[in-house]
Amino acid sequence: MLSKYEKELIATIWERVALRAEDVGAEALLRMFTCFPKTKTYFDQKDLSPRSPHLLSHGGRIVEAIAEGAKNIDTLATTLAPLSVLHAYQLRIDPTNFKLLCHCILVTLSCRMAEEFTPVVHAAIDKFLSALSAVLTEKYR
Amino acid sequence: MVEWTDAEREAIQAIWAKVQHDKVGPEALGRAMIVYPWTQRYFKTLGTFTNAASIFGNEKVAKQAVIILHGIDRGVQNLDNLKATYADLSVLHSDTLHVDPDNFRLFGDCITIVLAAQMGPTFFTAERQAAWQKFVSVVISAMSKQYH
Ligand code: HEM
Ligand code: HEM
Repeated sequence: MLSKYEKELIATIWERVALRAEDVGAEALLRMFTCFPKTKTYFDQKDLSPRSPHLLSHGGRIVEAIAEGAKNIDTLATTLAPLSVLHAYQLRIDPTNFKLLCHCILVTLSCRMAEEFTPVVHAAIDKFLSALSAVLTEKYR
Repeated sequence: MVEWTDAEREAIQAIWAKVQHDKVGPEALGRAMIVYPWTQRYFKTLGTFTNAASIFGNEKVAKQAVIILHGIDRGVQNLDNLKATYADLSVLHSDTLHVDPDNFRLFGDCITIVLAAQMGPTFFTAERQAAWQKFVSVVISAMSKQYH
């Protein structure tokens, strides 16, 4: 459960992150592909080298989707419904991969925010990303 | 047997050489206890935890965290022999302490995030992170061995 304070914190942070959506998203994806190479299997035929056009545009879209969700966490399930359908029915991504991407998003934010990425911020964002992953995977079964 | 490339060995040593045990340890264990509050169950004898301040202000938690980091030193020094290196700690955590091994990953994720915050993106690159994640996962599997 996220407190009111945590929801505000999350909204503020993602509003800022969305200004650098492509940078942050591409870095998180690069970390995921480098650290957990099996995740590359879903992006067959795509150029996944550092800051490739695909990494930047896809990274940007991911961050924008998360930032959209962060604007109103109480309606997360509705906001993300189309993405949930896409990942579950069309892409059929194994749900374990969401944990890996979320971890890499946290590492990316931690690298960039340094001491501003306090334990309280870390806890709030971790909870938010797992709620978001739950929404994206809820249609799986 | 886990194989390590020279680049992986160098990355792990370079990262660990920068680690100050009394900074990284308490920060990582404290985060595990805040982000994943159920990990607190193993440290009940160390104090009462109500918020971040009560965890980060607790000297016994800090001391315990430094002990865990010294446990990780052993791994960094014995990359080619991790299973044997962690054999007795695995027995201790399973048979005596009854720590659910899922906690090792939660702690591992927290330490990685602390390293990222302290080292920044130019040092803690995707490549170095990848070597580090591999190390963490092999340590975790060695620590979990006794549970199988
Ligand atoms: C935080 C979790 C995630 C979010 C917010 C997210 C968001 C998105 C968005 C916004 C799109 C573009 C949708 C469109 O084009 O309309 C997308 C597509 C896609 N996602 Fe995700 N995603 C997440 C997790 C994952 C994971 C874990 C994987 C696999 C490892 C994955 C694989 C894909 C693939 C393969 C596509 C299609 C890409 C393409 O064709 O260019 N996603 N995702
Ligand atoms: C994966 C990394 C870990 C390593 C390398 C590690 C290492 C150690 C070491 C070296 C000790 C001291 C053993 C002794 O006294 O001989 C110890 C004790 C202990 N560890 Fe771990 N540990 C790890 C993770 C964890 C986790 C995640 C938890 C629980 C959430 C945990 C709970 C404990 C407890 C409760 C003790 C006993 C403390 C006491 O003396 O009362 N450890 N650990």
